[in-house]
Amino acid sequence: MTRQNDSRDNARTTRRHLLRAGAAAGGTMIVAGLSGREAVAASEATDNLPPNVPEWMKTPGEPMGGQSYGTPSPFEKHVVKNISKNLPQYLSASGRTPLQDLDGIITPNGLFYERHHGGVPAIDPEQHRLMIHGLVERPLIFTVDDIRRFPSESRIHFLECSGNPTYKKPFGKTASDLVGLLSCAEWTGVSLKLVLQEAGLQPGAKWVVAEGADAAALTRSIPIEKCLDDALLVYSQNGERLRPQQGYPLRLLLPGFEGNMNVKWLRRLHVTSEPAYSREETSKYTDLMPDGVAREFTFYMEAKSIITRPSGGQRLTDRGFHEITGIAWSGRGKISKVEVSVDGGESWQDAKLQEPILTRALTRFRLPWQWNGQPTVIQSRAIDETGYVQPTLAELIAVRGDNSFYHNNAIWPWQIGAEGEVSNALA
Amino acid sequence: MRSRNSTMVVIVAMIVSLVGAQAQSRYGIGRPATPDEISGWNIDIGRDGRGLPSGSGSVSHGREIFVQQCATCHGEKAEGAVGDRLAGGQGTLATAKPVRTVGSYWPYAPTLFDYIRRAMPQNAPQSLSNDDVYAVSAYILSLNGIVPADATLDAKSLAAIRMPNRDGFGGDPRPDVK
Repeated sequence: MTRQNDSRDNARTTRRHLLRAGAAAGGTMIVAGLSGREAVAASEATDNLPPNVPEWMKTPGEPMGGQSYGTPSPFEKHVVKNISKNLPQYLSASGRTPLQDLDGIITPNGLFYERHHGGVPAIDPEQHRLMIHGLVERPLIFTVDDIRRFPSESRIHFLECSGNPTYKKPFGKTASDLVGLLSCAEWTGVSLKLVLQEAGLQPGAKWVVAEGADAAALTRSIPIEKCLDDALLVYSQNGERLRPQQGYPLRLLLPGFEGNMNVKWLRRLHVTSEPAYSREETSKYTDLMPDGVAREFTFYMEAKSIITRPSGGQRLTDRGFHEITGIAWSGRGKISKVEVSVDGGESWQDAKLQEPILTRALTRFRLPWQWNGQPTVIQSRAIDETGYVQPTLAELIAVRGDNSFYHNNAIWPWQIGAEGEVSNALA
Repeated sequence: MRSRNSTMVVIVAMIVSLVGAQAQSRYGIGRPATPDEISGWNIDIGRDGRGLPSGSGSVSHGREIFVQQCATCHGEKAEGAVGDRLAGGQGTLATAKPVRTVGSYWPYAPTLFDYIRRAMPQNAPQSLSNDDVYAVSAYILSLNGIVPADATLDAKSLAAIRMPNRDGFGGDPRPDVK
């Protein structure tokens, strides 16, 4: 028994050395597959393991006040945003949530995915204003404090970038590489409908053009039906004020709509009779079909799921019991079912869905599984309350061709190798 | 008589409550935006050219500005580098290698003015004069063969341009995979 424990500890130590070597060699993200606890806590010595009393019980810990804003344990240092080191530029760029390292459905604010088109502005909220004009009875200007005076509400919703992932190789290695432009938070703000009513909509008000106060002055046009339905003007995320990367001090939240429409650093709402046809909604965020015609105004993110554990870059260390877990979501409503296959798609079984199952939010699913040590392919598919079933990549490409870029909601299978190594089965 | 009175009371009560409800439908938060404030912030240009400012710019002046301000990212001939390729690609959209540029893909010319003015150059957005934005727009359109090399564009002429891919967009047919 002791020998077994010792050999396991030795194995961990060896793995840690490998990690260090890997980091030194290229600093790749392969390390994300191993938990920091496992990697770091494996002390060379076994002084802190039974039957010994660990050193952190023999002396007082850090006194109150060491950190006025808490940060994760230093042993969790590797759980960070997944930001490519080879981007052509970093002003118009994106950084991904490390989905495979997270539990539950709420993304911590510091790990929420980012996409900006002209850098992150440093906005003094005292000098920030929201203007509403156009087809309204009363053009108005609000301070951030004004917005906070309106009746507030909090809701949990996911946000997902429309290009998450693309349809073409090379595909990413990890869950984060593939669909890490996805996060979920509890948002607090005011119903956009209330604020629009304050200005009074004129007949003929069909669209609202939202503009950000960033260096891209990014503009997207929102159909009035969405604005009067579940759209929010948001100032807080997971209980604290928005982070600058998420639009501080004010952003638009359009549950289920593609990420870029949820305009950050919101400064202007122009009520109009037709869309702006801005650069972002014509030359970008449109999908080219095989016949050369592009789809535009493709707002909703369709049902999707991914297994986050075990997932690409991780390794099953033993045969026997493993919990398969992942996340599912749909821009069109609630997740009604997630099916998981552990035999390359031959058969499917229902995963257990974690309550609460919320509209346009991440839903956590789980399936107990016994791994027999043989190579196999595991995958999940989501079904939402409209009855829509998450398609395969081949099914999507059969309809949309090779030139479509956004709105890829394909099933993503993971290959389990003979040694327990997990990799992208489509890569 | 008595019942008529009570009916009146009910009607008056209803009117009072209606007025009350109407007052309550507004919170009285915020202040009016003045026309000056709106015109200072509203930089939206419609696809039909609505909102285009006065001023004008020539292809040749646009070339000078492009070389100084844009070529580092987009290439001297707008062939693309860190920034998007802006010229060429017409006729490629239905092929295996579509090249999406202003000339091949953008449906409306006034959008070019809108985007350059609000977001370009990336290191100093909203720094070009309106004349310069017309000029750069003219240069990019000339590289795409959409205006002649001696063209000068203003609000009217920019809005009158019909882009090659104007009819190249359709709606959202999803769910498209079942």
